[in-house]
Amino acid sequence: MYPAPMETWKPQSRTLYKISVIVVLLLWLLPLIIIMLASFMTADQLNTGGRGLNLPNPFSIEGYRTAFTNQDFMASFMNSFLVVIPVTAISVCLATMAGYGLSKYRFRGQILIFAIFVGGNFVPFQILMVPVLRLTQDLGIYNTRWALILFHGAFQTGFCVFFMRNFIAQLPSELIEAARVEGANEWQIFRRIVLPLVVPAMSALAVLIFTFVWNDFFWSLVLTPASPEGMLAPAGLNNIIKGRFYNAWNVLAAGSLLVALPPVLMFFVLQKQFIAGLTLGANKG
Amino acid sequence: MSRAYRLAPWLFLAPAAIYFFSLVIYPIFGSFWVSFHDWDGTTFQCSDGRTLQELAEDESCRRVPLMTWVGLENYERFFDKTPRDAGRIAEYWSGVFAGESPRWPRLSVETKVVLNNIKWLVLFPLAIPIGLAFALFLNQTSVWIRATKSMFFFPFVLSPAVIGFVFQYFYDPSGPLEGIYDLLGWDSGVIGDQTRATYGIIVAGWYPQIAYCMIIYLAGLTAIEPEQIEAARLDGARRWKLLRRIILPQLWPATFVALVVTTIGALRSFDLVQVMTIGGPGRGSSDVLARYMYQKTLFDQDYGYGATLAVILFLIMLVFIAVFIRQMVQQED
Repeated sequence: MYPAPMETWKPQSRTLYKISVIVVLLLWLLPLIIIMLASFMTADQLNTGGRGLNLPNPFSIEGYRTAFTNQDFMASFMNSFLVVIPVTAISVCLATMAGYGLSKYRFRGQILIFAIFVGGNFVPFQILMVPVLRLTQDLGIYNTRWALILFHGAFQTGFCVFFMRNFIAQLPSELIEAARVEGANEWQIFRRIVLPLVVPAMSALAVLIFTFVWNDFFWSLVLTPASPEGMLAPAGLNNIIKGRFYNAWNVLAAGSLLVALPPVLMFFVLQKQFIAGLTLGANKG
Repeated sequence: MSRAYRLAPWLFLAPAAIYFFSLVIYPIFGSFWVSFHDWDGTTFQCSDGRTLQELAEDESCRRVPLMTWVGLENYERFFDKTPRDAGRIAEYWSGVFAGESPRWPRLSVETKVVLNNIKWLVLFPLAIPIGLAFALFLNQTSVWIRATKSMFFFPFVLSPAVIGFVFQYFYDPSGPLEGIYDLLGWDSGVIGDQTRATYGIIVAGWYPQIAYCMIIYLAGLTAIEPEQIEAARLDGARRWKLLRRIILPQLWPATFVALVVTTIGALRSFDLVQVMTIGGPGRGSSDVLARYMYQKTLFDQDYGYGATLAVILFLIMLVFIAVFIRQMVQQED
């Protein structure tokens, strides 16, 4: 292990290390601690200049109440689930099939197709903006959640194919060959042999996609600018803060924490899947 | 091989490929096409060439954009002021080297945007060494440190828009940094000042990115074989030497992924700028291509020029995408 394990250190170094970890952690979390404190302050306290590292005085949930009772913000918050869940399901399922097709068969153009999937992941959203916007207008889904579902489903499918193809490629091919020799057809092989083996990868992927899509801001601004019940929570928050609650710091603070909550909860509950998903491919050759 | 075997991969691939190609790959060409035109985003004609006014009252048709072909005009517009601005910047620096204290010249928005993109490209990747430092700092195995690692990491799952709000508050001139601002004489804080805004936004961008790089490196450190480290230790390699000779080379795959993701992230920066400064203060002082394009297209209704900005951004990114894909394909062989 590098650096040397703590157990081998001198006792003083160990104590020093523990203290420094706590200090660094507090500094690291400082912006979040400050925003958390602000979320429990009254508008009065914040506007009279108490925007530093102060305790809420009086303690107030005014900011949360304002955010919760704002219909537009709440609509976008609830809508986020209605967008994120189908997008996650669509992209993970399509990509599992595609990843299998790309990794366990040999055919011409295979690498090229995979490369396009991977490359597509990295294109700037802006190069897609006008055509995708036009497409949703033609389809009559502009300013509805369907526009976001349609686009995010496609875009995330690209990332999922990248992920799934690399995961399935690592699975031993012997099982598949054996099943084929025994007369299983191609769909049965996928359904009975491959699918059970990739369930852990699918769940890791689902956690990641949930977070990525939940956090989207750009596409809500582009595809659902006038529809609070169609856009996602970060854009909903932006709307109220840049609009009616301009300079209402406690609403900004409380709203930010509310928007952050679902992915943060998800991360702390499903940490293992999350990190497994994120680091796949980062440490193999 | 049987027909079923030859057909199967295409069937498995088809739904994802058709969906992805039609919404993510095909539109790229659409933007190229629009970039050679002038279009306000609201003028349409019928697909058969008639104008909308010519339609009978109860008649409808498939509407297509009514765009004017302008060739490379939009691109010329983008680079129009580049020579002039380059001259001014050169003049500024020659002044600086001559020991004078010249004023930073007035530049066109396009030049400012490109310079800001360069600042992002250069400074944003500093998240990588910082993330590595965090990973080395925290690479221990006790239970409490494992909990600490997730506290260090979780800013990564925050929405960039939320990070933007958090730092907007953090940077507020009468916020927690007020004392420091007083000391430095920074009356308008960080993001309220034309020369500092971009740097302030980049630092906010580091926050989740450092967390990401840290986690990539922690996974990389775990994957290094302990025997190798022990062997190097027996050979007398310690601390820096061990890090430089053994650990860093072993971490190359992690570094590569961090580099790609961070570089692409630097060029993609939209959310933070939009939330924290909307490109300002003033015209374009903290703007970047990704955001300026959005503004030009949807607010100034200059779709052709917006598409041109997107194409320029895309071509810059294509360099990095190509490097990544080449490396990946080489690994396959």
